Amino acid sequence: MAASSYDRAITVFSPDGHLFQVEYAQEAVKKVVGVKGKDVVVLCVEKKSVPKLQEERTVRKICLLDDHVLMAFAGLTADARILVNRARVECQSHKLTVEDPVTLEYITRFIATLKQRYTQSNGRRPFGTSCLIAGFDMDGTPHLYLTDPSGTYTEWQANATGRSAKTVREFLEKHYSDEAVSTEEGAIKLVVKALLEVVQSGAKNVEVAIMRPNQPMRMLDIDSLEKIVGEIEKEKEEEAEKKKQKK
Amino acid sequence: MRKMVFKRILSCRVNVSVVYSPASHREFSHYSLSLSLQLSYTVSRAADMDLQCLIGMKFNDFVLMATDMSQLQRIMVQKSDDDKMYQLSSHLVMAVAGEAGDTTQFAEYIAKNIQLYKMRNGYELSPSAAVHFTRHTLATHLRSREPYTVNLLMGGYDPKTDAAELFYMDFLGASVPVNFYGFGYGGMFTLSITDREYRPDMTEDEAYELMKKCISEVKRRFIVNLPKFRVRLISKDGLKDLPVIVAEGEAA
Repeated sequence: MAASSYDRAITVFSPDGHLFQVEYAQEAVKKVVGVKGKDVVVLCVEKKSVPKLQEERTVRKICLLDDHVLMAFAGLTADARILVNRARVECQSHKLTVEDPVTLEYITRFIATLKQRYTQSNGRRPFGTSCLIAGFDMDGTPHLYLTDPSGTYTEWQANATGRSAKTVREFLEKHYSDEAVSTEEGAIKLVVKALLEVVQSGAKNVEVAIMRPNQPMRMLDIDSLEKIVGEIEKEKEEEAEKKKQKK
Repeated sequence: MRKMVFKRILSCRVNVSVVYSPASHREFSHYSLSLSLQLSYTVSRAADMDLQCLIGMKFNDFVLMATDMSQLQRIMVQKSDDDKMYQLSSHLVMAVAGEAGDTTQFAEYIAKNIQLYKMRNGYELSPSAAVHFTRHTLATHLRSREPYTVNLLMGGYDPKTDAAELFYMDFLGASVPVNFYGFGYGGMFTLSITDREYRPDMTEDEAYELMKKCISEVKRRFIVNLPKFRVRLISKDGLKDLPVIVAEGEAA
């Protein structure tokens, strides 16, 4: 990407059709994984270790936009804060005008449109965040959407975003199946396993949020997480043993 | 307090908060015909507000609120199963009476803003904080081109201080905490009953009986027929629907 002369201004296309500022923004993001089960959605983020003197808050990267919409983001936290705030107002505003809670697609489209506006105006840089938006529509169907700094949004059954997202996505493609995520435990295990592919193993490095239809969001507590991580490690060891024996 | 930016359906509204003085009456001839028509329409709308009845009573551990269930338009009853109470949060309810349309618009606007606070901050506004926000909104709109003509009673329970709270708020933006109050002409009759019989340490059943007494007094003495009242109880367990009270007894 010999781009130095075309990446100064946000509003300039390069000769091969790239908007470099937008692409650079996509490099800013960290790791988030999301999975949509039959009647559950699970989002998992990598929890960076905090300095000793810093107060650790349990929820930082996963936010509630409304009672039925969850968002996890990767990238610049400050940018995400603005997006989350606007999305929250939009959720209530939508309820006020049409008396129905937002559908996942609507709120994703809103966030994506907001992001796109910042890729096409002078004097403003794009939002350096990728968002995974998950939740349930009023009729109970689960959805999982991904938005990126350019303002595109896509729907997924399972996805990851951020650095090394490709590795995680390949893992998910290999292991995702409808039976695997038909139960809540199955979905949680899949998500944690996927994230642990690229994150140092340990319950204190991940944060898991679960949502079921018509129920409030649940953050998985450290004990359940440790149990799941323990199970995953045991399975990994067993598989490694099997491979050794085959040889 | 951070400004809550909010989209609203714009509705046109006649300024109903004009205070009439004898002098201003003379100046009416200078106004266009439409304006004086608007102002006379105002009087009938203010009366409309008084025909509705809201009753609220606060006890040691709970708040009991009752609202009449008739939606009136001039001389006709549009519906008799109207719900004039709006739940603002898990432990807060607002009973609204006033100009048709204003009531719903204002109540829904406040309710959604209170939900927004909960989403933004992760916890709900306490009842007194919510009341202050509501009063501030009402008072700000008062001296603008879109005042709301609504009277409200806000009843709630604060889980942190373990106290029941009841607030009076009228269309001029006055708000005070009260032990009990009744809005409208019907409310005037209930005040006499509660003045005599109210005790802060009543149980839920005793309070419900007192409410029944108030409502049967309204049936006895008020010229307008308000047959049914919706009753709700707010305590530390949240909101509870009590059976609808159908007024009994002979008119005086």
